[in-house]
Amino acid sequence: MSEQERIQRPKATRDRDDVVDVRTEASRGDQLKADLDDLLDEIDDVLEENAEEFVRNYIQKGGQ
Amino acid sequence: MALPKVVGIETEFGIRGGPDGDPVTSSTLVVTAYARRMAAPIAWDFDDESPGRDARDLVAGPSYAPVIETHLANAVLPNGARFYVDHAHPEYSSPECRTPLQAVLYDQAGENVLRRAMLEANAELAPAQHIGIYKNNSDGKGNSYGCHENYLVRRDVAFRDLVAAMVPHFVSRQVVVGAGKVGAELEYTRAAQPAFQLSQRAEFFEEVVGLETTLRRPIINTRDEPHGDPSRFRRLHVIIGDANLSPVASAVKLGATALLLAALEDEGLAAFPPPPRDPVAALRSVALDPTMATTIELESGVMWTAWDVQDCLWHLASDYAARTGAEAVAEPDEVAYLLGQWREMLDGVRDDPDAVADRVDWVAKRRIVDGYRARYDLAPTDARLQAIDLQYHDLDPARSLAARVGLRALHETADIARAVTSPPASTRAFFRGQCVARYPDDVVAANWDSVVFDLGTGPLHKVPTADPLRGTAALTADLFAHAPHARDLLAALEG
Repeated sequence: MSEQERIQRPKATRDRDDVVDVRTEASRGDQLKADLDDLLDEIDDVLEENAEEFVRNYIQKGGQ
Repeated sequence: MALPKVVGIETEFGIRGGPDGDPVTSSTLVVTAYARRMAAPIAWDFDDESPGRDARDLVAGPSYAPVIETHLANAVLPNGARFYVDHAHPEYSSPECRTPLQAVLYDQAGENVLRRAMLEANAELAPAQHIGIYKNNSDGKGNSYGCHENYLVRRDVAFRDLVAAMVPHFVSRQVVVGAGKVGAELEYTRAAQPAFQLSQRAEFFEEVVGLETTLRRPIINTRDEPHGDPSRFRRLHVIIGDANLSPVASAVKLGATALLLAALEDEGLAAFPPPPRDPVAALRSVALDPTMATTIELESGVMWTAWDVQDCLWHLASDYAARTGAEAVAEPDEVAYLLGQWREMLDGVRDDPDAVADRVDWVAKRRIVDGYRARYDLAPTDARLQAIDLQYHDLDPARSLAARVGLRALHETADIARAVTSPPASTRAFFRGQCVARYPDDVVAANWDSVVFDLGTGPLHKVPTADPLRGTAALTADLFAHAPHARDLLAALEG
């Protein structure tokens, strides 16, 4: 798989059935919230575990 | 007539990790790892660089002599780009492109280059030393690095008119093309305790006009280094932009700016809104208010929001395109696309942010930051929110959040991959890229406006490329087809 294909891979498939159910019934607002919940689940999976250390150690020298 | 708006983007990337944690070491590793894959890394020719020349015709001080950084890693790529170590960052300078959409293609090709370079470098490092690369503009601790745009402008446009026309745009465009930031990092912005700012870069600007790029940064940079015939060309070097992860935002950033520059060249200053009375304060206050309700006083005395300024500039650009076709910027379809996206994003940030969360970086980032904060009931200063900000910009596909928020694609994956090795056909980047690809053993150095050959005997041969619109495929493809060796090319050029 190329780098680009990996980057553009579809969102996580977890809870797909639930999402479909919600989408058939719900208003746009509910759907937006469901989409965001899925996204936040995915962020939980990939977000740096030790956020504090990660943020503290990200130090750059200034550039242009 | 407006000059064709040759455009390019140069990005300094954030970097972490590496064998000793030193960003210069890590940047060098990344660039040399990539250059090793090429037959022969090619040096940069600094002869024509003049970063100290000032567009206001001021006499530059002695500290502005060109810096010869021959000890730092450098590569000229077959797509005409330059990939090198600048200060303590890996930097990718795209080839000269003929339209905004093409420049976005080559900017995305640059992301591919950085990802590949990171993989190559990490293959030789222990996991604990792995390097991470970030397409962002600050470290959250007061250190900023740039994503600069370049536009070809007629030399006979008065510089003061360029300043007057572009300051309102550069102060206000962040509502559409800002990349967003959690919190603030300088004393005066921290005092405002913002949970979120529109722009990565805004708080680092302290002057309206100036020559500096690393200190006391100006909204309009006066570096007068045209990289071409100085009697005809100016290169407007724009240092205020955020690096965009959204390709549509990149396109609107370049497209809106190119359209306004073409309108200025063709029709003058009359239709432009007046600049803010205090542009630096306006820039900061706009960034600090994601509700976009903040008004700024223009020199005419009216109080406008940044949105109002952008609305006015959109109408100016749209009217100009309707009257003239704006061929200096792109073909009609592309101009219509750029104006259409600019309009949709502008209306979206005001009326329906969720509808443009797939294109506006700051909206996409704010949506996940606010969502995460609400889900876990976090304080606005929680490190996890800053980690989300950082990881939005991470180029590693396994970690990138921008790759997960559903940003709308602009170019096909295969086209981006091709742009890593194939130069734009309609600028001099074609000539540079082809020379590097075809005669890697004979090209000893290159620059934006020259390619230098060493045939092994006799003097070096320097081929000037002073016009960004020559050296195109139309003008040189035949020449290359009949020149299996560099000596054949030089004989044909000199014959």
